[in-house]
Amino acid sequence: MTSTRPLLELNGITKRFGDLVANDSVSVSVASGEVVAMLGENGAGKSTLMKIVYGLVRPDAGTISMDGRVLDIGSPRDAMDAGIGMVTQEFSLVETMTVTENVALSSVGLGRVDVRAARQRVMDAMDRVGVHIEPERMVSTLSIGERQRVEIVKALFHECRVLILDEPTAVLTPQDVRALFTTIGRLRGTGLGVLFVSHKLREVAEISERVVVLRRGRLVGERVTAEATTKELADLMMGTAAAPDQDTAAAVGLPVREKPAVGGSEPGGTAEQVPVLRMTDVTLEREGRPLLDRVSLDVMPGEIVGLAGISGNGQTELMNVLAGTDIPTDGRIEVDGTDVTHLDIAGRLEAGLGRLTEDRRGSVLPQQSVEHNLVIEDLRSFTRRGMLDKAAIRTHAEGLIERFDIRAAPTDAVATLSGGNMQKVLLARALARRPRVLVAAQPTRGLDIGAYQYVHTQLQELRGSGAGVLLISEDLDELRSLCDRILVLFRGAVTGGLAVKDATSERLGAMMTGESVAV
Amino acid sequence: MRLVLRGHEPRWVAPVAFVVAVLVTVALSAIPIRLAGANPPAAFERYLVTPLSSTLGIYEVMLTATPLLFTGIAVAIAFRAGYWNIGAEGQFLIGAVATTALALNFPGLPAVVALPLGFVAGALGGLAWAWLPAWLKRRGEIDEVVTTLLLNPVALLVVQGLLNGPWRNSQTGFTDSDRFGSGYDLPSLVPGTRVHWGFGVAMVVIAITWFVFGKTAVGMQVRAAGQAPEAARFSGIPVDRLRFRSALVSGAIAGLGGASQVMGVQHQLTQGISNNYGYTGVIVATLGGLTALGVVLVAVLLADIAVGAENVSLVLQVPTQLGAIFGALLLLTVLSAMSLRQYRISWSGRRRRRTPAAAEESS
Repeated sequence: MTSTRPLLELNGITKRFGDLVANDSVSVSVASGEVVAMLGENGAGKSTLMKIVYGLVRPDAGTISMDGRVLDIGSPRDAMDAGIGMVTQEFSLVETMTVTENVALSSVGLGRVDVRAARQRVMDAMDRVGVHIEPERMVSTLSIGERQRVEIVKALFHECRVLILDEPTAVLTPQDVRALFTTIGRLRGTGLGVLFVSHKLREVAEISERVVVLRRGRLVGERVTAEATTKELADLMMGTAAAPDQDTAAAVGLPVREKPAVGGSEPGGTAEQVPVLRMTDVTLEREGRPLLDRVSLDVMPGEIVGLAGISGNGQTELMNVLAGTDIPTDGRIEVDGTDVTHLDIAGRLEAGLGRLTEDRRGSVLPQQSVEHNLVIEDLRSFTRRGMLDKAAIRTHAEGLIERFDIRAAPTDAVATLSGGNMQKVLLARALARRPRVLVAAQPTRGLDIGAYQYVHTQLQELRGSGAGVLLISEDLDELRSLCDRILVLFRGAVTGGLAVKDATSERLGAMMTGESVAV
Repeated sequence: MRLVLRGHEPRWVAPVAFVVAVLVTVALSAIPIRLAGANPPAAFERYLVTPLSSTLGIYEVMLTATPLLFTGIAVAIAFRAGYWNIGAEGQFLIGAVATTALALNFPGLPAVVALPLGFVAGALGGLAWAWLPAWLKRRGEIDEVVTTLLLNPVALLVVQGLLNGPWRNSQTGFTDSDRFGSGYDLPSLVPGTRVHWGFGVAMVVIAITWFVFGKTAVGMQVRAAGQAPEAARFSGIPVDRLRFRSALVSGAIAGLGGASQVMGVQHQLTQGISNNYGYTGVIVATLGGLTALGVVLVAVLLADIAVGAENVSLVLQVPTQLGAIFGALLLLTVLSAMSLRQYRISWSGRRRRRTPAAAEESS
């Protein structure tokens, strides 16, 4: 039933943010009655592309057309008028209104609303796609999956012809995923084009007819789903296939996987060594649900241990538990032999823990200066006779700015810095205290190539100095080029570990998707 | 034409925005002044210049500024910590009540004991009134804007209840308390004038605040807690505890203001003791940019206008309320200017056709 003429066409879309190329001449098309999957890791440029299609971001170059007619999309309203509907992970429903009201809300003008007519139209729309939700129910009483279906109905209400689903399954239970797929099948039958954005291979394989793969902002492959293997898609998405990887790496100017033999680290070689980080049966439960399930791991001195996994499998929670912003329900955390499980943040830093979180903006004080941000975790060391020692703070900042090549003055507000420089400030703050172990989550996400390499060099130097690193990342390239060992986190538990030489993309991929827990 | 968010704010923007706001205020307040039958330039001169052109006038301005200094710095401290204390009015009133309770129960105390105790009582009263909303905020995330605000009329009812009941004036029968013992009279700061030591205490409090915020680790942590609570938490700063304590300190300072006013000016508790000083304190703190120096400047400016307003009403026969209108307009225009300054005006149309293909299409 796939018609040959494309409905929605993106042609040569390019978007740069400073040095970072978020989308590099990306072209994708969707035909009527076709489900196209867009596959890519976090940070591959999927969400920027979606924002462009939906009028939230303006492209630097490229065109969007519908039925062969070039559109000028300046706002979501323009996109809707052109027949493009989008359902994002964040729903835009008013909780205190009914389903009908929510759906009708987006299309009413000023003046009186004909509730009964609206209700009828909403019910018709739901019938068309096989969604059954009582139209008078309050949105606050709906499950996440039901809310998502309301969002879809809302998009269809605008006579949309292409529906974009951005990571639609990220928030759903398996049963809801089934229901969603049924709905998508119905939609396809009505001649709607669907663009299904995801990083989950199995879902893509199940629902789509065609797959396009994005990696680092570029379209690296396009396959007919039925003819592609999971491994092939995984390789494209993660850039792990030997040959293309070398190409990609060379193309973006990265050092091609040469593992530096710094520090002569033979993990576990000497039995006497105390691990710089030891987690024993660390469990975190919220509302009876285990977010972390008896996580145990060791990081030895002079070792970089990677933690792979698809986002949402407990990475954030693990980071919080280690950083001290969340208290584990059970288990024990030791830093360099000290039990820090019940220590506050200051105590953990004292014990030798360094932290670099995924949420860069959540760990800086944007309105304050670089020098203040550099000392905020350790004000005690910069206080003399009850007063802040401004001269010492300045000297400290100047030293770190020099050492970490931060392109800013000590008095500049951190908010004015680029992402790379902000990350350098955070790296400088964490490393200035000579941590025994650094826990780093997605330390290079969103960074340009220069800053990316810089962060890697710093992590390697840290290992060389005999400290340990726990690197939480979704970028398998990054993990395989830096780590000595790679562990996999799946559904809140460490499901296995591999020495880096054994960490092939198949084995990691299988472990990350829970297809196999064998080590 | 439309407004576009600025990426980077040039240095000239903030001062220009402020000057524009003042000019707009002057232009807008000229209207009611004109309607009241006065000549706006003459009125403005009397509002702003006349009070400061004589020593007597300057003392009057200092006296009028005193309660605003207390409430202004009290509000500024809480706001800095990210705690929106709108309850300085109630805290001021209960501070005055606490001092009155002391003075009425121990009327014979000598000044060396009475004055410090009077201030301590006021501070404790304000602190107690600030405690409940601060505790509710910390325990139950209950919005302090609502609770602090709603406790203000309650505090006024407490004052009125006391003055209509147990504290009714025993000589006159009016709803004022008895006059305090002479030990509770705050001495003049400048002999022979009405400026009392409350002004000195306020300046000391402000100086301490300036020192703590500018020079100490705690000050930096409080600022961090107010500006970026998540990042502050991540850095190991006990955000909720700092906010709670800032809320209590804020209440205590507002209470000091109440103590200063009953011991320095009225020498008895009256229903009108506060005269909206707590609410004006929000204006003082906000316009003063939550800084110690800003609070002093704005408190003096508003006091200047208030004293001038008395003068204007006598000489030009316009209502004193025009002074308050001026202050309120100034707050509105300055706040508008400060938030509008994040934008620049773009004169081009909304639909810029930048992509080459789109341009082809339209041509």
